[in-house]
Amino acid sequence: MKDEKPLYIPRRQVIRGIIASTAFGVTSQLWTGCTPTEPTTTTTGTTTTPPAPELNIGFIFVGPKDDFGYSQSHFQGQGVISQLAGVKTVDEANVPETATVQETMLSMINQNGASLLFPTSFGYFDPHILKIAKENPKVQFLHCGGLYKEGVHPPNVGSYYGYIDEAEYIAGIVAGLTTKSGKLGFVAAKPIPQVLRNINSFTLGARSVNPKATVQVIFTGDWSIPVKEAEATNSMVDQGVDVMTCHVDSPKVVIETAEKRKIFCTGYHVDQSKLAPNGFLTGSEWDWGTVYTQYVEQVKAGKTLADGGISHLVRGGLKEKFCKLSPYGTAVSDATKKVADGVLAKFMDGSMIIYAGEIKDNTGKVVVTKDKKLKQTDPTLEKMDWLVEGVVGKIG
Amino acid sequence: MNVLTSWRSLSEKIAIPIAALILSLILFGLFCALNGTNPFAVYGVIYQSAFGSAFSWQGTLVRAAPLMLTALCTALPARLGLVVIGNEGALVMGGIGAIAAGLAFSSLPPLVVQIAMAIAAIILGGIWIMGVGALKYYRGVNETISSLLMNYIAIAILNTLVEGPMRDPSSLNKPSTYPLLEVNWLQSIPGSRVHFGLIYGLIACVIAYFLIQRTTFGFGVRTAGGNIRAAKIAGLPVGKLTLAVCFLAGSCAGLAGMVEVAAIHHRANASLNTGYGYSGILVAFVARNNPLASVLVAILLGGLLASGSGLQRSLGLNDASVLVFQGIVFLVILFSESMYGKLDFFKDRQVPPKITPSTQPIA
Amino acid sequence: MAAETADWLGVPLAIIGGTLRGSAPFLFVSLGECLTEKSGKINLGLEGTLLTGAMSAYAVSYLTGSPWLGVLAAGVAGLCLGAIHAWLSQRSGVSDVAVGIAMIVFGSGIAFFFGKAFIQPQAPQLPIFEFGAWSNYPPLQSALQVSPLLLIGIAIAPIMQWFFKSTRWGLYVRAVGDSPSAARAMGISVFWVRFLAITIGSFLSAIGGACLSLYYPGIWSENISSGQGLMAVALVIFARWQPMQCLWAALLFGGAQAIGPALQSVGVTSFRYLFNASPYIFTLIIMIITCSPKRTLAGSPGALGTNE
Repeated sequence: MKDEKPLYIPRRQVIRGIIASTAFGVTSQLWTGCTPTEPTTTTTGTTTTPPAPELNIGFIFVGPKDDFGYSQSHFQGQGVISQLAGVKTVDEANVPETATVQETMLSMINQNGASLLFPTSFGYFDPHILKIAKENPKVQFLHCGGLYKEGVHPPNVGSYYGYIDEAEYIAGIVAGLTTKSGKLGFVAAKPIPQVLRNINSFTLGARSVNPKATVQVIFTGDWSIPVKEAEATNSMVDQGVDVMTCHVDSPKVVIETAEKRKIFCTGYHVDQSKLAPNGFLTGSEWDWGTVYTQYVEQVKAGKTLADGGISHLVRGGLKEKFCKLSPYGTAVSDATKKVADGVLAKFMDGSMIIYAGEIKDNTGKVVVTKDKKLKQTDPTLEKMDWLVEGVVGKIG
Repeated sequence: MNVLTSWRSLSEKIAIPIAALILSLILFGLFCALNGTNPFAVYGVIYQSAFGSAFSWQGTLVRAAPLMLTALCTALPARLGLVVIGNEGALVMGGIGAIAAGLAFSSLPPLVVQIAMAIAAIILGGIWIMGVGALKYYRGVNETISSLLMNYIAIAILNTLVEGPMRDPSSLNKPSTYPLLEVNWLQSIPGSRVHFGLIYGLIACVIAYFLIQRTTFGFGVRTAGGNIRAAKIAGLPVGKLTLAVCFLAGSCAGLAGMVEVAAIHHRANASLNTGYGYSGILVAFVARNNPLASVLVAILLGGLLASGSGLQRSLGLNDASVLVFQGIVFLVILFSESMYGKLDFFKDRQVPPKITPSTQPIA
Repeated sequence: MAAETADWLGVPLAIIGGTLRGSAPFLFVSLGECLTEKSGKINLGLEGTLLTGAMSAYAVSYLTGSPWLGVLAAGVAGLCLGAIHAWLSQRSGVSDVAVGIAMIVFGSGIAFFFGKAFIQPQAPQLPIFEFGAWSNYPPLQSALQVSPLLLIGIAIAPIMQWFFKSTRWGLYVRAVGDSPSAARAMGISVFWVRFLAITIGSFLSAIGGACLSLYYPGIWSENISSGQGLMAVALVIFARWQPMQCLWAALLFGGAQAIGPALQSVGVTSFRYLFNASPYIFTLIIMIITCSPKRTLAGSPGALGTNE
């Protein structure tokens, strides 16, 4: 049994304490107003009126900003435009494709005064962007990868994407000329059209210079599972593959595993040459900075999506500088470089068509008939659901 | 109970949680300060983003709504003494059921469709967790492990169905099922952007509370949870109780899945795998499996998550800081639960017995 | 033709390789959890410990250039997190399952917060023993590449088994786990034995994380763990709290992880999600077959699951 006196708090102190905490609560409202403004963003109350010439732009990433992959490519683009005069950017990373992204968009509009939003993951489009865009007609939404439909989607929404499969075609050429076993490997996330297009362009490029080359594809099932990606790479190397490439959110694992197994690799999304000093051949990179700068200039000139000044469906390839080829690695021979540069020049002057028939898929069916030449802008390419001849693997 | 004499023990229930919140704010502020951010700026942003305006409040409630339902999936079996963490799996299965019903009955009037979706979700989610309960009762398989494994299996089933038999061919780059007709969507509460899932969650929690605390069924559950042998001796049908409680638990999480499908996504796809299930486990444990407290804790967690968004945008803290904050808050709250009954300030004072002169003479 | 036989030989080789590569984290985490649970407390927070261990190993290896220092740093991180869990979960009225779940959140938060700066750089990896160097066949060579950490883990398993069976400290741990009141009557400090068991268990689990970031897959990324920490808790029950059986179970899981991609590489492409979920399906089936309600799981520490 304790003999100490129980803690005794005089009533006076209790009352003083209550008054003090109420005062704290009340004055904390003032503090939020006095929050020091950080260099890149401003925090204000519920509504904001930013000074007239300043453009507030919001970026939303589905993954971390420095993943050596998809989100990083967009983050690099953000870095380019935040250097422009009169532009302030704010961003959030690791935002999942659920109600959370709707809240993020609304917060950027209401709390940061954003008038232009770049939600960068494909899954944000339907229903999230469509819903928020309908409710905020004054704000413009530019989505990466979506397929804008006139009349169906709200007028303040636009979509852009790059024909990175052109760079994949050239990467395929380099891979096809460098491989000794004739087996190439592709670690892919999900069998969706954007991924299938990359696989097919890579294969067509490789087989255009090496008709016996095959591309083995393994689908891991999700955009970022390092353990499965490493397993897929290892099992393909065990099968004799000697050039690896991939289409996942963060190619770091595949490139590093390929380097450990001492085979060649080509990169994707951003420049991964540092990760594989011996085996890196080349890679397909985005150049979102170009795209974003174009948009910013259009917005500054007063054009909007709603009045048609800014196009709703923006696409571009190597020629328009939406994407580019990573610098060649040390393993690429001069003869290979010549062939690849030759094809690159054809892309640049617009004379190169990848999907020129006759093209058969890997079950033998004809998917592009003879005499048909599908330009990159052809909408049927955005619905691709087949794997071209030479690809070892199935979609479903 | 005389409030005047026992105000101390009553106030304990309020003062300790508040002190826990304040302590966790201090600890998080310290963490931010060590990383070079002004802690008072942090507090300001947290307050603003979570509770500072009508806009923020709605954001908090939007995030809290699914958590109230998924928390019940852990809280209900916990009264029976079972630790079930299969909320994510039940939510996913409920979502699958909801979209299947929503598409199959889409030509019927909207109210009928929504009720059908809810029932399908309740049944599928309920059966999923009932399986966990059956494995526990009939085969003795540890329910924590089996419900965890069932989560992964449910997600694999979702992915297989959504990219295979249930796939909408026009959902090109994001494999999904066919979308629900717009008339069948779950609407927002008029005047706000919070959807009706919040109401479902509140109602479910209140019903759960009354079920466990005020009905004979609930009494049976609590008895079996306290001492299973005593319950069996008393003749309670422990097997049936287990199955029933697990079904109810799974049905709540399944309903959360239906809300996700009907109100947010309007179709089923891989985004149904949201992590709300795991957050629900945390809410249930911090609320000590009390459904009414779950409502408050869910709102708290919703506010925390909302503040994480603000911290990223306004102060440049990276997105993991909200995880650290959540972790600190919940660890401190759990710590504070061990303080109940320990602090003397909160012990009711004994009124010393009056000694009157006319007591017993010394014999 | 050599190519075709090579194809089909590829699948078992890939599974063997996958087993040797992927089972190391499972092994360490399950051994750590085994020690913790033998003392009567569950540590569900190992997922967070695994991530923090992986991050600190990678970071320290990168900053100092020595992967072994990284492994040590991971262990220290595990000790710190384990100490928090041990102290908090032993307070009266606090459920260890709840603390574990809060620790998952906290541990992941710490790992991701401090790990942001280390996603990009490449850290020096642990050296590998080439047990297949005698062969000219590259897939066999790579399948038999074994990390010293795996060997250390394989060595710890029988040592731990002997520890529990034949040493006095092992007896203390088991006593505290089976019947804390009897242990108190024997004069053993329940608090300190559990504290040590949980902390050392956490140390081992964090080293399991170091296997992920310094051996296989050998990177630091926020998705590096595919639930290994949580699966380890399943593993321990599956292995009936016997360290040697934890070893076999870990090898089984490591191999099961490799099944999906290995099968795809030879053309079995349907139901890939279900193949990828095969470790979980396996465990569930085996648990259903081997458990029985008639007796409590043999070997289960008596105080596990209660709040004693």
